[in-house]
Parts: sequence; structure tokens; C-alpha cells
Amino acid sequence: MTAIVAAVDLARHYDVSRGPFRQPAMVQALAGASFAVEAGTTLAVVGESGCGKSTLARLITMIEPPSGGRLTINGHSVAGEAAGLPGKAGLKALRKTVQIVFQDPYGSLNPRQKVGTILEEPLVINTEMTKAERRAKAFDMLDRVGLRPEHYGRYPHMFSGGQRQRIAVARALMLDPKILVLDEPVSALDVSIQAQVLNLLADLQDEFGLTYIFISHDLSVVRFVADEVMVMYLGRPVEMAPVEAIFANPRHPYTRALLAATPVADPSRKRAKIKLEGELPSPFDPPPGCAFHPRCLYASDICRAERPQLASVEGADVACHGIAEGWIKD
Amino acid sequence: MALLSIRNLSVTFETATGPLKAVDSIDLAVDPGDIVAIVGESGSGKSVAMLAVMGLLPNTATVSADEMSFAGRDLATLSDQTRRQVIGKDIAMIFQEPVASLNPCFTVGFQIGEALKTHLGLGRADRRSRSIELLHEVGIPEPEKRLSAFPHQLSGGMSQRVMIAMAISCQPQLLIADEPSTALDVTIQAQILDLLVRLQRDTGMALVLITHDMGVVAETAQRVVVQYAGQQVERQLVGGLFERPHHPYTAALLDALPDRASGDRLPAIPGVVPGQSDRPGGCLFNPRCKFADETCRKVTPPRQPAELGEALCHYPLDHREAAA
Repeated sequence: MTAIVAAVDLARHYDVSRGPFRQPAMVQALAGASFAVEAGTTLAVVGESGCGKSTLARLITMIEPPSGGRLTINGHSVAGEAAGLPGKAGLKALRKTVQIVFQDPYGSLNPRQKVGTILEEPLVINTEMTKAERRAKAFDMLDRVGLRPEHYGRYPHMFSGGQRQRIAVARALMLDPKILVLDEPVSALDVSIQAQVLNLLADLQDEFGLTYIFISHDLSVVRFVADEVMVMYLGRPVEMAPVEAIFANPRHPYTRALLAATPVADPSRKRAKIKLEGELPSPFDPPPGCAFHPRCLYASDICRAERPQLASVEGADVACHGIAEGWIKD
Repeated sequence: MALLSIRNLSVTFETATGPLKAVDSIDLAVDPGDIVAIVGESGSGKSVAMLAVMGLLPNTATVSADEMSFAGRDLATLSDQTRRQVIGKDIAMIFQEPVASLNPCFTVGFQIGEALKTHLGLGRADRRSRSIELLHEVGIPEPEKRLSAFPHQLSGGMSQRVMIAMAISCQPQLLIADEPSTALDVTIQAQILDLLVRLQRDTGMALVLITHDMGVVAETAQRVVVQYAGQQVERQLVGGLFERPHHPYTAALLDALPDRASGDRLPAIPGVVPGQSDRPGGCLFNPRCKFADETCRKVTPPRQPAELGEALCHYPLDHREAAA
């Protein structure tokens, strides 16, 4: 098995204007993310707002170029070494293999286009298909995602949230991509509808052998869909492990706190013992050393001085001094 | 006597496409010190019912109730002027979007002080010291400095703390929290829920928590009301609801949660919540219910007794039978 998406030290920063008389500030939205995703599996990216998970989605979908690091998609280098980079045409071809589904199905569909037009637009732009072929493909895709043929001529406002998300998934699949980036695909949906969409995504993955990058803040959903989980904090991955390991044996103090804070639908469960104080620090001014140390229960001097690197610990990659040196016990 | 007592409350909206019944004869009794959760999907009328109690609905809404009283006063017949003395003082509400609920043009201190001035008639210095005390109580660091902050300078979690400070500023007897933690990150959500439960315990006020998150319900509530399409389909204590749900909708909703799932597919509920135009006859849940039969499609279901979770169903799930 080879990795279909591989990133090494992927970074992205943004310049933010702070008014006409001040120097623009730099936000390190993503700093040094390294990971590899096997074809046909699901990598879940978990973290709170501002941790860089949506920036990661923009880089993988090639909406934006990274400002540092290397990114390889489907065997083609997208960023990194100057030689061997695809030109504009190469990039366009590569973009067809990566598609995205956004969080809000109310905002991501053009209200003035009919469903048929929405589904066919990627084909118009990227392929030479005739009108009849495009139409046939759109009908086929409507059927695949559980919509009916008569929906072809309707407008998005005539659909419920769950149906709209099905349309968004159908649109993403029109170009037969290999990789689907799902940016919080079910967080705007009700529980009963969320289950339908999650089942649909699982069916489509089996059918087309898709690779999912599943971005979410909801750990109970992640537990259900993911193969591998990457937990991020302030632009950096803090823990990467197979899904069973993350939930059975979370190592990084942040992962533990995140799991403890997630409400579980079981009144007999004991309430979370680990409670995080404070909030995410500002990405303009990240704390020195480990970004998590101001909120960490275990933080010591080395955490405040030196940034921990991801290190392999019994099958998981954890960026924590305490875990690496063994002074944080389970 | 119950603090808040509602019997047979219905709310109908006049819309361009005809009347829309958003809340359909609900009953609710909240005692001092209660934590009641109202849980349901979007469109189940959970917010509208509480807005009706607060008198905050637009005038396209028609509210009717056999009884809607708070601490012995009939809320339905109060004059607007008297109502304003109760709302915001004895009954307070927190909304879902903290950033949108605060006025961006005024400082935090001004907005907290407004309620203190209107309801308690405090002077400037008293307002300031009480505001600092309140911000301290809801866990905002450096409250003196924060008084002069504008809402855009605060994070979502901080804004929600300010909202809570405003809500508890007049020591309400009843706090209605409408999805107080939905827009927040999980670690912040845990902090806010802890804060609400702590305040509830310290002050002995009653808390009505509106949410769609079964996890939040399980961890905070004592009693739960499940709403579906404007109706209360089940009313139970929290332990019983999660162990022995009696209404098929509650059972299906719990099964559809990813954290209770086993296997590689979720037992999803087919179909969608009925809208204005496709309200079914008989039981409103019948098109999506796997137990539905002809009776369910024709006859409005009865309210079952308390040992069956007061389920609004012809055939409530009876776990005693299943066990036998």
C-alpha cells in the first residue's frame, strides 16, 4: 500500500493587515503538519476552531498553495521541490482527483442554479462530455446518493439540509475523484439526518474506494468513521494514531482533555475529571515551547522552553515532552 | 406549586403559505431547583415554546394556552409593562449565538449594567461593583478590565460567559438556556455547562436547557422532554430515558448516535421531519416509525401513563414485556 496523500512539514501562514499604519501581522495557521494517508482509508482531523484543520483542507484541495513543506497527492508533487512541480495544466488535472464537501449545505449550493446545473458544472469545466452524457452522469449520481430523478430540475431551497448535503456529495463525486475532503460534513445536520449522511459516505467509500480526509470537531462521529486520527492544536498535530488507539488509550494531555470534554449520551458515565482551564491562545502570538502548556495540567519548565516534536510511542505519534520522557503516566 | 406551569400551550405562525403549527399542546411544570432539558431536532418547536413563555414571539404568532403561569402569575394576561418587570428579572434567557446576542456598539459593562439599572435601580457605582462581581462569578479573568471591552474583543466562550452574567444579574428564579453551548468548541462547551450547573446549584434557580445534543442532556439534566414536530413525544427522568426509552422516536434517536453504534453502519431514521405541507395524519412520527400500522396513520395517539414515559404513542415500547 502506498500513501495517496503525503505531507511533510506542511505549513501555511497568512499576512493579516492591522490597519494602514501598522505592520501586517503573520498568522501561522498551519505549521509543520506531516502525515500520510493510505488509499481507501479515512484520516480524521480533529481539533477546536483555529487549530488549522480547514487550512489543511484548503491546501489538500489545492485551493491555496502551501507556504512551506512538501505535499504529494496521488504520486504527484504539488509543492516542495522546485523541479517536478506540475504546471498549470498539470495542477488542473490533479485537482480533479481531489474534491471537497463543505460544512454548511445551505451556503455551498448556488440558490440560483438547479440541481442538474450544479452537478454538471464540474463536467462542463473539466471534461469534453456532451450534454447528453453529462445529463446521464448526473442522473446516475443522483441515484447513487439516494436522490430521485425528479430532483434534477429543482432548486436547492426545495431540499432539506440532509438532502442538500447529498447534493454536495454528488457534486464532489461527479469527476470521479480519488480523494474526498469532508470539512465538517455533518455538523450542521440533525442527529437522525447525520446518521443517514454518514451511512451514505460509508457506502460510497466502499463502492468507489475513496480516500477521505474527514475534518471534524465531533469525536463521536470521528470514532465512527475514521481509520487514523490526527489531533491538532494551534496549527500543529499533537497526536496521530489509529482510531482504536486514540479512543482506548489517548496519550497527549490535549487528546485526553478533548475526550473527557466530549459529552457522552450515557447518564451513568462519570463526569469528566480532566477539565481544561482557559481558551485557545491567539494564533498571532502563540506561546513559546509547547503551544498547549498554558492549559496543560502537567506542564513543566521544558514545556515552556522547547517545542516538542512528534515522536513514536507504542504505535502512536505524540508531540509531548512528558510522554516522550515518560513522566506523564496513564 | 410549580414555579413555571404550562398546560396545553400551542403556537401557530401565520405564514404566506398558511398557518404553521410550531408548538402543539405542550405541558411543562418546572419546580425551583429543577434542571429540565428539552431535546429535539430542528423544527421541533423547542425554542418557540420557550420564546412564547418569555413573550418574545413576533406578532405573526398566535399563542394559546390553558395555563401559562410563573410563580402564581398568569403570563398570558400580563400587561406588557408588568411583563417587562418579570422577564429579564425573574425569568432570564441565554441564546445560542453569544456573539450575535450582544450589542456590538456598547461595552460589556454597559450591557450588564443596563439590566441592573432597569430592574434593580442600582446607581452607577453599585452597578460597576456588581458587574465586576458577576463577571468574576462566571469565570472571566481580570473583570475590571473586561468591563470596558466591546463584544468583538471577546472570544465566543467569553461572550457566552458575559451573556450568562447578564442573565443571572438579577438573580432569576428561572433560567432558560437555548442551546447555550452549541456554537462553542468542546472544551469550552464543557466549561460553560459546568458553569451553568454550578450556578444552578449555588442559587437554587430552575434551569430549562434547550438542546439537540443527547450527550449534553445525559450529563446535565435531571428530567428530559423529547419534542418532535412541535409535540412532546416523551417525558422522563434522564436515567430512564437513556436506558428505557418508551417512544419509538426516542429509541431511534438514541440508536442513531454514533457513540452508541456498533457495526459499520448507523441505524438511521429514514425520511425527514414533516414540514408544513406534509404533516401526516394520526401520529406525526408514523411515516418514519418502523412499528407504525393503520391505527398510527389514522388515529391521534394517546398520552401514556408515567411508567411508560408519558409517551405520545399507540404502542409505546414496554421493556417489562420485552424482558418477560
